[in-house]
Amino acid sequence: MSRYVIIAGCGRLGSLLAEELSRAGDSVVVIDKDESRFARLSSDFSGFRIHGDATELEVLRQAKADRADALIAATSLDNVNLMVAQVARVVFHVPVVVARVFNPAREAIYRRLGLRVVCPTKLSANSFLAALQEEE
Amino acid sequence: MHAIILGQGKSVYHLARRFISKGYHTTIISRDAAAARNFSRKLKATVVHGDGTDPGVLEEAGARRASILVSLMMEDQDNLVACQLAKEMFGVPRTVALVLDPENETVFRQLGVTVAISVAHMLSQIIEEQVSYEDVINLTSLAQGKVALTEVILTETAPAVDRELRELGLPRNALVATVLRNDEVIIPHGETRLRLYDRLLILTQPGNHGQVLRALLGEGE
Repeated sequence: MSRYVIIAGCGRLGSLLAEELSRAGDSVVVIDKDESRFARLSSDFSGFRIHGDATELEVLRQAKADRADALIAATSLDNVNLMVAQVARVVFHVPVVVARVFNPAREAIYRRLGLRVVCPTKLSANSFLAALQEEE
Repeated sequence: MHAIILGQGKSVYHLARRFISKGYHTTIISRDAAAARNFSRKLKATVVHGDGTDPGVLEEAGARRASILVSLMMEDQDNLVACQLAKEMFGVPRTVALVLDPENETVFRQLGVTVAISVAHMLSQIIEEQVSYEDVINLTSLAQGKVALTEVILTETAPAVDRELRELGLPRNALVATVLRNDEVIIPHGETRLRLYDRLLILTQPGNHGQVLRALLGEGE
């Protein structure tokens, strides 16, 4: 079934996710406050682009966040992602919300508050440690 | 008593001075190195140069002992995260955040910030209330803006002059609390007749403020 997914941040991660989900048949809206970042999206991306700051309620409203099945907060700033994710959950009642958080100390507390958080720093540390162990 | 203030600039400086003069042990966290140096030269405060939205920096600043944290950074998301970390990780009982987008005032409160203040919202409210009436002085707002205490002066054009309070059709959840007439202080009741140049202290709510002013003073300019 096709889902309606909002992605905040069209950097390397955001654009990659947008393309994958769009290819899989989901309808996708990407938000970025820097319009030039939409150039990362390939021509077969069939979703929408919104030029704006996702920390503004008005921009999320414009993205029809109240109807979204999921929101991914994937900007390069932890605090932006944490705020956008919480607003999506509390104000717009988006059922699935995931935030990227680089700082592991921040990640732990927001996980405890019930937010779904992906910490790239921890994930890559784990991969490196696993690689070291394979060598032994 | 321990207070933590986050940010840079004059408002941080002056707020810190207030806290210090009230006997708070005050710590400032500033991301800007030059601002941090400046604060530590001029204030009897502990100054930390760092990111106040980093749990390690908050801990170093003594967040565990703080009774209040005020976050005055220039990005809403930073003020939100600083307040949430202070509350959830370190148990700071009162957190205050500056918000730039007025819509975030309510959102921040929903997300656990004790007080969220929007300068744009406050200014626009003040301007709206001031432009229409010259004889109105907004004294203070109570209960996070839910009740306003206002002083109004009855001049020649005021329809309330020479009428009893009960004739004015004031809404139930507003109150003319005091009438100041020359040196006399009157606690009014329904039969109190208002006179020219009476000064009234009124309690109103945002929903009926305009209605009360119109009943007492007539239409504004």
